[in-house]
Amino acid sequence: MIDIGLDILSWILLTLGGACVLIGGIGGLRLPNFYTRIHAASLTDTMATLLIFAGMMLQAGLSLPTLKLLAIMLFLLLTGPTATYALANAALLSGLKPDAETVTDNDKGHAG
Amino acid sequence: MIFVFALFLLTLLVITALAIVHTENLFVAVMLTSIFSLLMAANFFILDAADVALTEAAVGAGVTTVIFLSALALTGEREKPRVGGRNIALVTVGILALLIIYATFDKPRLGDPNAPVHQHVAPWYLEKTPEYMGFPNVVTAVLSSFRGYDTLGEVFVVFAACIGVLFILGVRPPRESLEPRDESSGLRHHLIPQVVGRLLVPFIVLFGLYVQFHGEYGPGGGFQAGAIIATGVILYALLEGEAEALRAVPRSVLLGMVIGGAMLFGSVGVVCMLMGGAFLDYSVLAADPVWGQQLGILIIEAGVGMAVCGALLSIFHAFAARESLS
Amino acid sequence: MYILVSIAILVTMVLALVRALLGPSVYDRVLAVNVFGTKTVLLLSVMAFLNGRPDFLDLALAYALINMVGILAVLVFFQSRSSAKERAESD
Repeated sequence: MIDIGLDILSWILLTLGGACVLIGGIGGLRLPNFYTRIHAASLTDTMATLLIFAGMMLQAGLSLPTLKLLAIMLFLLLTGPTATYALANAALLSGLKPDAETVTDNDKGHAG
Repeated sequence: MIFVFALFLLTLLVITALAIVHTENLFVAVMLTSIFSLLMAANFFILDAADVALTEAAVGAGVTTVIFLSALALTGEREKPRVGGRNIALVTVGILALLIIYATFDKPRLGDPNAPVHQHVAPWYLEKTPEYMGFPNVVTAVLSSFRGYDTLGEVFVVFAACIGVLFILGVRPPRESLEPRDESSGLRHHLIPQVVGRLLVPFIVLFGLYVQFHGEYGPGGGFQAGAIIATGVILYALLEGEAEALRAVPRSVLLGMVIGGAMLFGSVGVVCMLMGGAFLDYSVLAADPVWGQQLGILIIEAGVGMAVCGALLSIFHAFAARESLS
Repeated sequence: MYILVSIAILVTMVLALVRALLGPSVYDRVLAVNVFGTKTVLLLSVMAFLNGRPDFLDLALAYALINMVGILAVLVFFQSRSSAKERAESD
C-alpha cells in the first residue's frame, strides 16, 4: 500500500518536474529579451531540479543512490542560480539594459 | 528507445558542429563547443561508456572552456576572413564523407555480438578481469594493466603536449610583478560566486580523489581525476586571481607533478622488470598476483592523475601569464 | 515514467540549442549553455535510473560540480575584456 502511494507520489513529482523543464525551455526560447529569459531558465534550474530529484529519490528508497541524488541536487541548486546571477551581473555591467522597449523584438533579423 | 535517444543526440551533435563551423564569432564558437561537449558526454553515457563520458565531462565542462577563453583573450574575437581554397576543401571533404558512408555499409550493427570487435580479445578481457584483478571495472583493467603500454604512451603524450605548450607560450614567471595585480583580477568583488565557489572547491577536489581511488569499481581513474582536481584549482584561480592560485600550487610543484607522474608510471614498469616480471607486468609486485596487479594499478593511476593534473594546470597558467603580460 | 521526463528534458535541450544558435546577444548564448548544462545533469541522472544503473550517477555529480566553472570563466573573460577596453580608451 505504502509502496503504491510512494510510486504514485514520485510519478506526480516526476511529471511536474518534466512539465517545469518544458515550460522553462519554451520560455527560454519565446520570451522577448535576455532578462526575461533568465527568469525562465531559473525555473528549470530550481523548481524542475527539486521535483525531478525528489521523485527519483522516492523511487530509489534508502540507499547510496539516494545520497548521491541528494548531493547532485544540492550542488545543482547551489551552482545553477549562482551561475545565472553571475551572468545577469555580467550582462548588466557591460551595459545590456533591462529595458523592455529597447531590447524587445531584437531577436528578429539578428539570427546567427 | 535508447537507440532513438542516441540517434536524436547525434543529430543535435551534427547541428552543433555545423553551427561551430559556420559562425565567425569565435566566442560563440567556444560556447557552442561547450554544448558539443555536453552532447558528446550524454551520447557516450547512453551508449554505456561511462568512463569515456566521465573523461568528456571532466575535461569538456571546465578545463577546455577555460583554456579556449584564455586563448581568445590573447587573440581577436572574430575569425579572419578566408580567401580562396574553399572549393578544394569542399571537394576533399565531400569525397571523404562519401567514402566513409560507403564504408559504413560493411559495418556490423550497433551491439551485434558477432561483430569482429566482440570476437577478438574482448571476451578474454571480460572473462579474465575478475580472476586476475579482483575488481569489476574492465575498462580500468584494460587501460592500466592489459594495455598498460598504451596508457604509458598516452601519459608521455600528455607530458610532451605540456612541454610543447610551455615552449610556445611559456614566459619566465614575472618575478618583480608578483605583487597582486589590480583588484580586477579574479572575481573578488562578486560576493555570491565567491562564497559558492569557495564552498565548491574542496568538494571538487574530494570528488576528484574519489574518482581516482574508486576507478577500479566505478567509472573513473587517473585521467578523469587529474582533470577534475585541475578544474578545482582553476576555479580557485578564477575566484582569487591567478597569482593567488600560483601561491597555493606553485609552478615548480606543477612541473614536478607532470614529470613525477610520468616517471612514477615508468618506474613501476622498471621495478616489475627488476622483480623478475615483464615490463608493466604488475603480478610480481606482491606475493599474491591479484594483490600485485591491484597495487600496480593503484600506483600507475596515481602517476597518470598527477601528470594530467599538473599538465592541465601548467597550460592554464601559461595562458594566464601571457595574458597578464600583454 | 522516466522516458516521459527524459523526452521533456531532450525537448528542452533542443530549445536551449535553438536559443544558443539564435543569440542574439552573447549573454543569451551563455545562458543557453548554462541551461544546457543543467539539463544534461538532469538527463544523465534520469537516464541512469532508466537504464537501471544508478552507480553511473557519478557522472551527473561531476557535471553538477564542474559546470559552474565554465560560466565563471566567461564572467572573468568579460570582466578582463571590459577593463582592457577601459584601459585602451583612457590611453
